[in-house]
Amino acid sequence: MNNLISLRDGEPRIVTDDPWVLLRDGEITEQGPLILPLARWRERQEAGGQTRCDGLLLSPDDEPLELPPWLAVLPLIAIDFPSFRDGRGYSQAYLLRSRLGWRGELRAVGDVLRDQLAHMRQCGFDSFAVREDKSVHDALKGLAGMSVQYGRSVIEPRPLFRRRPL
Amino acid sequence: MYHYDEYDHALVRERVAQFRDQVQRRLSGELSEEEFLPLRLQNGLYLQKHAYMLRVAIPYGTLSARQLRTLASIARDYDRDYGHFTTRQNIQFNWIELEQVPDILERLADVEMHAIQTSGNCVRNITTEAFAGVAADELLDPRPLAEILRQWSTVNPEFLFLPRKFKIALCAAREDRAAVPMHDVGLYLYRDAAGELLARVMVGGGLGRTPILSQVIRDGLPWRHLLSYVEAILRVYNRHGRRDNKYKARIKILVKALGIEAFAREVEAEWQHIKDGPAELTDAEYQRVAATFAPPPYAALSDTDLDFGTALAGDAAFARWVSRNVQPHKVPGYASVVLSTKPGASLPPGDVTSAQMGAVAELAERYGFGEIRVAHEQNLVLPDIRKADLHALWQQALAIGLGSANIGLLTDVIACPGGDYCALANAKSIPIAQAIQQRFEDAEALHALGDISLNISGCMNACGHHHIGNIGILGVDKNGSEWYQVTIGGAQGKSSALGKVIGPSFSAAEVPDVIERLVETFDEQRQGNERFIDTVQRVGIEPFKARVYRQAEAPT
Repeated sequence: MNNLISLRDGEPRIVTDDPWVLLRDGEITEQGPLILPLARWRERQEAGGQTRCDGLLLSPDDEPLELPPWLAVLPLIAIDFPSFRDGRGYSQAYLLRSRLGWRGELRAVGDVLRDQLAHMRQCGFDSFAVREDKSVHDALKGLAGMSVQYGRSVIEPRPLFRRRPL
Repeated sequence: MYHYDEYDHALVRERVAQFRDQVQRRLSGELSEEEFLPLRLQNGLYLQKHAYMLRVAIPYGTLSARQLRTLASIARDYDRDYGHFTTRQNIQFNWIELEQVPDILERLADVEMHAIQTSGNCVRNITTEAFAGVAADELLDPRPLAEILRQWSTVNPEFLFLPRKFKIALCAAREDRAAVPMHDVGLYLYRDAAGELLARVMVGGGLGRTPILSQVIRDGLPWRHLLSYVEAILRVYNRHGRRDNKYKARIKILVKALGIEAFAREVEAEWQHIKDGPAELTDAEYQRVAATFAPPPYAALSDTDLDFGTALAGDAAFARWVSRNVQPHKVPGYASVVLSTKPGASLPPGDVTSAQMGAVAELAERYGFGEIRVAHEQNLVLPDIRKADLHALWQQALAIGLGSANIGLLTDVIACPGGDYCALANAKSIPIAQAIQQRFEDAEALHALGDISLNISGCMNACGHHHIGNIGILGVDKNGSEWYQVTIGGAQGKSSALGKVIGPSFSAAEVPDVIERLVETFDEQRQGNERFIDTVQRVGIEPFKARVYRQAEAPT
């Protein structure tokens, strides 16, 4: 994918050689490793013809709590933001990270914009496929967010009141 | 009252800088209006009919004199010299330039204020009653938990793009003066026999086009679990609330579709995973926040003040004001005073000029401990006034136009800004309020009617809470002209009820007559000193309807 920001050890960097191809629909013609919607992903997985596992695209309606049987083999999970105003992906990310213990790459795809990147990061995303018409360099500035977070999140599970110096 | 620490200051300052940058990017065209919209809404900025409107948060309706003076300075320097207090205890400025908003927010940050999440599909300003901490019938002070909820919900990354807005209100007194049942989540706080602080959690209330009163989802929730429980509710709502139709996106629709039992099961299942985790509140945190709400240095006074008694006996107008505008206080010798922002035709309900704001700040310092509250009925409250000072205060309130003796009476109208300002409105609210206030100017007659709430909304969104007014007026559009539908029997508080429509709608000119007919019917049907709402509940809407429409249809 293009226009990608990835966190390595918490440090963001722009990735120019990402091998993944996001295939929402249509024929599979690509050679590269694919990110496929849940139904299609399952089909290919169950057909068993795969020597290597595809990445999974979760749409907002998909239930992350049904994924545990697959988590061990999944190389990557992408969460789709069909619109940046649709906030279901934040809770899906929370469930994947905090409830199911997913440690692999969690990528935000779709309507991914600079002003939401910090929220996504706090909810456990570690790569961000910024919408293609936007500058990835600009978007990088949105990742830092604010220095104070009152509540808790995936990357800081303790609310501020548990972090205050006594 | 609560004071910012270094974290609060840092967050608000950084937020101002962030929004300044976003405004710049909007002005330069880097951000489209579509992309900018939720960003500005979550900073309190609406685009209305004539200009931008900025809604500033007043957490649980509590202001210091200094903060009120700052609001006055914003009205003076950036607006047309007034502000509008809202039914959610906030203040709105109606004539704002986009370019100036970052400077206004900066000025607010100087006095520990902001406009964060006063709009948008996120958790809004946390509200409670205007008499929190001082009401004589209070079970406990709701402000510490309100502040804890404010912090927890502010820029909580998972819940900034909910299906729709989300309003939380708390009540911790015998009487509910916070309109709790019409909130997405309502919390009734109380102590059990052992003294433990518990919450009865209500969910799924809301007005708008499908008015629904909330239902109990859990009783006896220990306060330590408040954040985790609300988090569970929000996660279920964020994942499963409808997003295909904004009129069906509030949590009330989800609760109604699933049924309260099934919804509660979902929440319970989610909560089991998080209840004993780090979201569990600690004693230390409760104490830290509660300490900032420690009572001010009250004097030891007798509850009966001779001068006050003499003034009451000798000055009928003062006695009338006291009977409506003064509320009992938990400390002997003190009272809470409601300054009515409903003087009648001279100013729209909730509108307060910068000079009035300055004068109220002065009164709060001279007679109180420098604190002011905003009531959801859009009035201002001075919470800690010595009874001995009430007469002097009343005279000064009269001098600044905030001394109307009409709290809870028919002219204490709740009204949204309506079609004069709001782009969503179907009809104007303010001229209707003013026409009714003019019709009922006679003080004696007005007081004789006793408690009647009259709420006006300019459209289905119900910002004027018309459904829960004893008399509700809703602006509707009929073929491009403005009409008004009338409901009666609505009520707020612990005996909340939604009003019933009395029949076909009326033109603006007819409304004052209609209200007069309703009042005449009440007069006829009333038993003893019965309140309007009790009469409606006892006799039903038929006698009211009959009189209103018989008059309306009479040949002229």
